[in-house]
Amino acid sequence: MTGTVAAIVGPGNIGTDLLEKLRRLDALEVAYMVGVVESEGLARARKLGLAASAEGVDWLLQQDPLPDIVFEATSARAHLANAPRYAEAGIRAIDLTPAHVGPMVCPPVNLTEHLDAPNVSMISCGGQATIPIVHAVSRVVPVGYAEIVASVASKSAGPGTRANIDEFTHTTGGSLESVGGAARGKAIIILNPVEPPMIMRDTVFCAIPADADTDAIAASVHAMVAEVQRYVPGYTLRADPQFDPPQGSWHGNGRVAVFLEVRGNGDYLPEYAGNLDIMTAAAARVGELVAEAAVAGTSAGGTP
Amino acid sequence: MNGASGQAAGEMSGRVLITDTTLRDGSHAMSHQFSEEQVRATVHALDQAGVGVIEVTHGDGLGGSSFNYGFALTDDVTLIKAAAQEATQARIAVLLIPGIGTMADLQQAREAGASVARIATHCTEADTSIQHFGIARDLGMETVGFLMMAHRTGAAELARQARIMVDAGAQCVYCVDSAGALLLGDAQERVQALIAEIGSEAQVGFHGHQNLALGVANSVLAFQNGALQLDGSLCGLGAGAGNSPTEVLAATFDRLGVTTGIDVHATLAAADEIVRPYLPRLPWTDRASVVQGYAGVYSSFLIHAEHAAQRYGVPAPDILERVAEHGYVGGQEDMLIDVALQLAREREAAGATA
Repeated sequence: MTGTVAAIVGPGNIGTDLLEKLRRLDALEVAYMVGVVESEGLARARKLGLAASAEGVDWLLQQDPLPDIVFEATSARAHLANAPRYAEAGIRAIDLTPAHVGPMVCPPVNLTEHLDAPNVSMISCGGQATIPIVHAVSRVVPVGYAEIVASVASKSAGPGTRANIDEFTHTTGGSLESVGGAARGKAIIILNPVEPPMIMRDTVFCAIPADADTDAIAASVHAMVAEVQRYVPGYTLRADPQFDPPQGSWHGNGRVAVFLEVRGNGDYLPEYAGNLDIMTAAAARVGELVAEAAVAGTSAGGTP
Repeated sequence: MNGASGQAAGEMSGRVLITDTTLRDGSHAMSHQFSEEQVRATVHALDQAGVGVIEVTHGDGLGGSSFNYGFALTDDVTLIKAAAQEATQARIAVLLIPGIGTMADLQQAREAGASVARIATHCTEADTSIQHFGIARDLGMETVGFLMMAHRTGAAELARQARIMVDAGAQCVYCVDSAGALLLGDAQERVQALIAEIGSEAQVGFHGHQNLALGVANSVLAFQNGALQLDGSLCGLGAGAGNSPTEVLAATFDRLGVTTGIDVHATLAAADEIVRPYLPRLPWTDRASVVQGYAGVYSSFLIHAEHAAQRYGVPAPDILERVAEHGYVGGQEDMLIDVALQLAREREAAGATA
């Protein structure tokens, strides 16, 4: 083993896709897959050589070695119950549910601030797709207001999202402020049932000062897209950032609009489900960087 | 106005509730620039004319004020409060589209004086509204479900979606012809399916648009097939080519012998004297809005397509046709810019090779 041992709790579509992504990384080794009932996901994990169990977190906490990192791909309720147990056992939690126990992280924006956090939240799919762009604008000019529209294929919106869609708008809107750097944030989500299913689309609108340096903003956005592409290859701009001069109802601000497509990697989830893919890809990225930082921190004792 | 020798009267009877949505669907045609004075005057006139429910919200519902849909001149809470103050008998309704507005927005609207919650989803996504119906009922509001873009699914599936809303707490479910694309029999068939599925527990409604000039005819057919609630707006003010005009619905149902509770002459006066003077333009079946009905495009996209057409130098009807090909649904106004950019690139490429 490389030293960093990981577990995935929640062997559903998300957990299974995440496993595919983690298996490609050198920085950590996934040893355990955990569910609460026997399932296809557990069987699949066993075939790949993982120790897998339907006996839940109780089982996981009896394993030797214990994992260093656990990826939670269950539900908010399950993570709220599990989080204190991971913490007590000294296991880092990377939380893909909407429980939001730990700080919200978006890898290219604020992960370096939270590499030591015992628990980090992956926010939401719309947040992972759009916060990088809001940050790319807000690091150049003050953003008084940021608004995002996430359009996802109906088939990629699970029962949890559907039953609590306000959770998405609330969490994502708030994260545009707390992580993205906008003074005020608003999020909108649209489910589209068209066949064949539409690939996830995200549009980011930011209010910017009338005299903003649009070339600098565009360059910052392009650089950020390249950064996200390091872990989500299908994250692309549909067009160059679009700048509009102040209009009547914009309180003297201009606007930049950024049109994104998020095509999933098709590891286990279908390509159109970019909304799910960007969650598993971002979580894998966090796991990779946390593992690398841990190794660097314990091995050398000097500066790299 | 029962005097017209009764040639049509007697063929039908009963009662239909007309909800006026001049101040909500009409907000699209006003680019969401209603002033408090316009809202007060319109509510006063509708209330005096006997209209029982008046919807007042940003065109895209609570929380709709945004870059994507257009910022409102006046916030919803201010307008709802003003409307509630003006109304003596009418109840004030609000629209909420889950994914755009939230339960917190609904609570604020309730506190401002709204008593009817109309909760809208795309016709196949009713399960995103379950929480919102629950909250609306907890707040003591009357509840209406709105299955938008009803042409995009068949009658049986629409009925299944209506069932989800009723089980969640909807007291009425509307077949909403957001694109003005339902042709007579299509509307009838959907209303019949809703009646069969939910008719014993909840009412059925119909919301028409005039893109193919069938809003009123579809509304009459909906009533004949059991719908007890219909939407209209004064002067037809609404998205696309507008809604079924409230004053025309009132006159038509009066001649059919169906009670609406609305004074026909008073609504005609309200349309002509109160609403018409503040309209930037009359709703009309122009080229782009007919394309919406013909191709099945969300009516609210019209003005956004016109803006994108102007900004990127491509024709609005071309944008709308492309939007239909992609199957975009209500709320995806951002895609009009995306499509305009794409068409502009295609034109440039064609020009370069020519």
